[in-house]
Amino acid sequence: MSSNIAIELRNITKRFGSIIANNNVSLSVSKGEILSILGENGSGKTTLMNMISGIYYPDEGSILINGEEVVISSPKDAFKYKIGMIHQHFKLVDVFSATENIVLGNEDKSLANIKTAEAKVTEISSLYGFDIDPKKKVYNMSVSEKQTVEIIKVLYRGADILILDEPTAVLTPQETEKLFSVLRRMRDQGKSIIIITHKLHEVLSLSDKVAVLRKGEYVGTVETVGTNESELTEMMVGKKITLNIERSAVENPVKRLEVKHISCKNREGVQVLNDISFDAYGGEILGIAGIAGSGQRELLESIAGLQHLTEGEILYNNPKTNQQDNLRDKTPLQIRDLGVRLSFVPEDRLGMGLVGNMDIIDNMMLRSYSKGKSLFLERTGPKNLAAKIINDLQVVTPDATTPVRQLSGGNVQKVLVGREISSSPKVLMAAYPVRGLDINSSYLIYNLLNQQKENGTAVIFVGEDLDVLIELCDRILVIGSGSITGVVDARTTTKEEIGLLMTKSKAAGEGV
Amino acid sequence: MIVSFINAVIGYFTVLIYGSTGELLTEKSGNLNLGTPGIMCVGGSFSVLCGYFLRDMAAKGTIRLNAFTAIFLTLLATLIGSLLVTLIYAFLTISLKANQNVTGLAVTTFGTGLSNFIGAWVNSKAESGIMAFPEIADYYKVTLPFANKLGFFGDAFLASGFMTYLSLVIVFVLAFVIRKTRTGLNLRSVGENPATADSAGINVTKYRYLATCIGGMISGLGGLYFLMQYSDGGWNKNAILPFGWLSVAIVIFVVWKPVLGIIGSATFGALYALSNSITTIPPLTQQLFKLFPYIVTVLVLTISSMRKKRELQPPESLGLPYFREER
Amino acid sequence: MNSYLKSKRGSKTDPGQKYKTKHEPLIHITKRTSVSKMAHLGYTLIAIAVALVFCGLLVTAISGIDPIKVYVEMFKGTFGGEVTKLKSYHSVAILLAISLAVTPAFKMKFWNIGAEGQVLMGSLAATYVMLKFGPYLYESMLIALMFAAAILAGMIWGLIPAIFKAIWNTNETLYTLMMNYVATTIVGYFIMVTDKSGHNNLGIINERTQFGWLPRLFGKPYILNIIIIAVVTVIVYIYLKYSKQGYEISVVGESRNTAKYVGINVKKVIIRTMAISGAICGLTGILLVAGTPTPSMNPDLVGGQGFTAILVSWMAKFNPLTMVLVSFLIVFMRDGGAAATDALKIDASIGDVLTGIIIFAIIVCEFCISYKINFRGTKKGENK
Repeated sequence: MSSNIAIELRNITKRFGSIIANNNVSLSVSKGEILSILGENGSGKTTLMNMISGIYYPDEGSILINGEEVVISSPKDAFKYKIGMIHQHFKLVDVFSATENIVLGNEDKSLANIKTAEAKVTEISSLYGFDIDPKKKVYNMSVSEKQTVEIIKVLYRGADILILDEPTAVLTPQETEKLFSVLRRMRDQGKSIIIITHKLHEVLSLSDKVAVLRKGEYVGTVETVGTNESELTEMMVGKKITLNIERSAVENPVKRLEVKHISCKNREGVQVLNDISFDAYGGEILGIAGIAGSGQRELLESIAGLQHLTEGEILYNNPKTNQQDNLRDKTPLQIRDLGVRLSFVPEDRLGMGLVGNMDIIDNMMLRSYSKGKSLFLERTGPKNLAAKIINDLQVVTPDATTPVRQLSGGNVQKVLVGREISSSPKVLMAAYPVRGLDINSSYLIYNLLNQQKENGTAVIFVGEDLDVLIELCDRILVIGSGSITGVVDARTTTKEEIGLLMTKSKAAGEGV
Repeated sequence: MIVSFINAVIGYFTVLIYGSTGELLTEKSGNLNLGTPGIMCVGGSFSVLCGYFLRDMAAKGTIRLNAFTAIFLTLLATLIGSLLVTLIYAFLTISLKANQNVTGLAVTTFGTGLSNFIGAWVNSKAESGIMAFPEIADYYKVTLPFANKLGFFGDAFLASGFMTYLSLVIVFVLAFVIRKTRTGLNLRSVGENPATADSAGINVTKYRYLATCIGGMISGLGGLYFLMQYSDGGWNKNAILPFGWLSVAIVIFVVWKPVLGIIGSATFGALYALSNSITTIPPLTQQLFKLFPYIVTVLVLTISSMRKKRELQPPESLGLPYFREER
Repeated sequence: MNSYLKSKRGSKTDPGQKYKTKHEPLIHITKRTSVSKMAHLGYTLIAIAVALVFCGLLVTAISGIDPIKVYVEMFKGTFGGEVTKLKSYHSVAILLAISLAVTPAFKMKFWNIGAEGQVLMGSLAATYVMLKFGPYLYESMLIALMFAAAILAGMIWGLIPAIFKAIWNTNETLYTLMMNYVATTIVGYFIMVTDKSGHNNLGIINERTQFGWLPRLFGKPYILNIIIIAVVTVIVYIYLKYSKQGYEISVVGESRNTAKYVGINVKKVIIRTMAISGAICGLTGILLVAGTPTPSMNPDLVGGQGFTAILVSWMAKFNPLTMVLVSFLIVFMRDGGAAATDALKIDASIGDVLTGIIIFAIIVCEFCISYKINFRGTKKGENK
């Protein structure tokens, strides 16, 4: 058996400062085998793979290739051992063409044979059924085209061990299926494939073995044929998922927000929102489902006053004045000045919602510092708020003057959500609020959202986990490539129904 | 008068093309080296220092001063001098990931001081307080053998020594390497997106070091040329400094394209010549010409930032340190 | 312990056995978690001390003089006598003022390396008012007008790149750099136009009448300048730390996205901050001309301190109070190096060399504080 093992990890440990990303992980992959690495966000999958591909260097433990202990201290070493990694965030140079990116870092010296390289790229593409223009510049490419370039890059180098980090997160089901058939073909040719994912059905349909990580710890490896979703889930989360999010009935819904026919373009001039219309009600959680990058971010940012709309309007029914305020083309400050109580938990917590290098108190001030006429800051209120949030939400931190960058992901999110709900908003928008959080923190966030709903807030929840969307929300709006593809009742819908809507493109945008 | 004007333009052109080409190469790797003015000064001062020892040794008879020794040794001294100072910058910004602006300005402070110190030391050896090495400079001024037979054209355009032609060779070689070779592709990827380059197995540190050091040495040659062509091999306090800053400006002016650097350096050289070398122009008008290069650069800077064309933008990671394990 | 972990590992490898990695890379750099402020200060002081010792030895190597004596000479030349002391305090104040000026912009990650030009424009405006209106206005009105003109001129010079940065994101490092030379040239032009003698030298401005000369306090020169700058230091400190605008500067500097998210008008903050930066530069400009015992004007008046100020501000980590100390250190090295040259027979430019070395030492020190270097064989940490 040992002679057939392509790569083996023994007792790998990696720390970042005081955080242990991987603790004592051991696993192996044979030739002609697909191994899935399963784990929740933040379980250390990517860190582990980065050590195989030479991005990180393990603090302890060893890596064996074909039974030989090796040192992979740089990506170059990884290539030497025919390891190729396709990163979740594509590693491509925007101003280069597909071919230039593919040949980048190869050893043959001259570029005079760029034509030969282009021919080879075309050859590989046709061999596996990819469709790519070798001369196309990356900044003109779609996401799936970029991924194709990444895969060809690895194949071009003749990799025997392929690592794919959540390759399907950005793909449509058709593209996913296409990718899987390519991967199966490679396996049949004797290549070893490691695929990182947290989608169980993909694991079961594609891989031969499944290795499970949980919070940096190696849980175990099982054969795919002998397992099922519930066993894997149990290994992954440590206990059976009893999602049981408490959902109260919607009481006295009040129409709070009316989004009418909004469209917007991104900086490259691509239409990212196309004629979106919906209403959000106070006392209800409206879910938004869709494949990553379908316009969720732009939609929330439009409402928050951070996007310029080309068409449409956003009306807010102001309970104070009983008037409708149009939020279109207003800045966040103008929106606040209108008396609109709108809170927004953005996807990028440290890059947008908070300032990483500021302490908790100063981050509390972000929303409120400008209140009042004084030229100077008032720090007592924020100090009390910080203390309250640390206490109420059980934020683990040395003190309130610790920079939020030094907190763990879950605690960062508690600080952010805590601040956003502290202003008792009438509309609360949250984008992927539980991404990367452990189960306990996730539930804390669900509870906070539910409390807001019970207080009569209109909650808009953008999520990626369909189970959560179905159990938490009252209605779910599904968007696909910037358009609404459907609105479903969360209490009666199924994952299959939503999944189908997510992948349906260019349906007539039906308003609610 | 036209002849002397063109000579002056070519002179300034040569100083600037070395300075800017070196800086351009450095910036291609993602390093914004504001130490270039200081590096050019040190490069120049080392040639004077070498000149002093050469004369000394020639007087003692330990070395024979001829075209080879004069040029080779001063050139070598300049390369070593500029390399040493560049290495400080490279080490601090690449290995120690220091802020490039701060480090660059510190290197310029240090380099200006060091070069003035060396220059003052050499000058202090002369009775008059000003030391010059015309016997060495003359070798640098040797023109093409047929230049003076070509009448006006030869007098005007071919009056310069080999350094001018060498600069053009360097520019074209560099342009070829950057655009057409694997090394150039790797270099550009390091400047655009070091994380990508790194994951493709390219040694980011090595490329940044090499580009910065070679760039620094090329810039240093600008300092050498200025002293040898203009000052008869004599040191002139702070005289090289403005060319250093102009070189940084030219890189922007030519939107990071090496061959355009020829046009950029010629334009800036011409404007500088109008303001400095043509005595028949009234002083007040001269001041306006002096203003011109800076105003033009500001305009190019503004216009290229207003047009968001991808190909005209600086290397994407310009000014940013790279740390692989950044999380 | 986890049950899966136990069973799986037990079957394959002996859990007690520790695998050691073969061929570790020679040097492996990792990021350090935070270091306490005291430790930070301690390391920095050590770095400065080491650099000072090195500089002393360097000067000794060149001049052959005992390093202690070198520092004694440097001290004599800066803070020794009554007159030199006052002059050095003034130099410290001027460098500090320019450092204070660049700090708000710097904190916003706006690389204003154009302080040189902004100060110069302030000086120019003050000089112009002195010459033009000197004979016609009451002294107090004249001085008030000079201050207003200088501050306005510096502000305008800072605003130009700021506006382009705000609207088109034009690279401000290069823009402000170019503006320095535009300012230098304009001053050269002004002197040429004003000085009819053709010497390109204004000499001492209003030498006979002393119109527009700032008053001497306690019968001594420079005192007024030092007091004004001390007040500015306190104001900038309070502004950055306790004012809403200072808070906005920090947010914009840390993250543009966050600033937009909370509704800070980033463009407005950039423009406003650079107006303040430029205004302080302009103020320094008038002090440099009218606040000296021999008011004069030339294109090299600022002498590269706009660049040095960037280094001071960075070394002090944008803290105005620390900047006072750093300015002292830099003036000691720069002017002390120069002053000691008479005694030691070396060129004054050694001051710049020493300044450079100190900064390099601090950069190295900063690195050692933020990162940890692991050499091969120094691995620690057990599996347990």
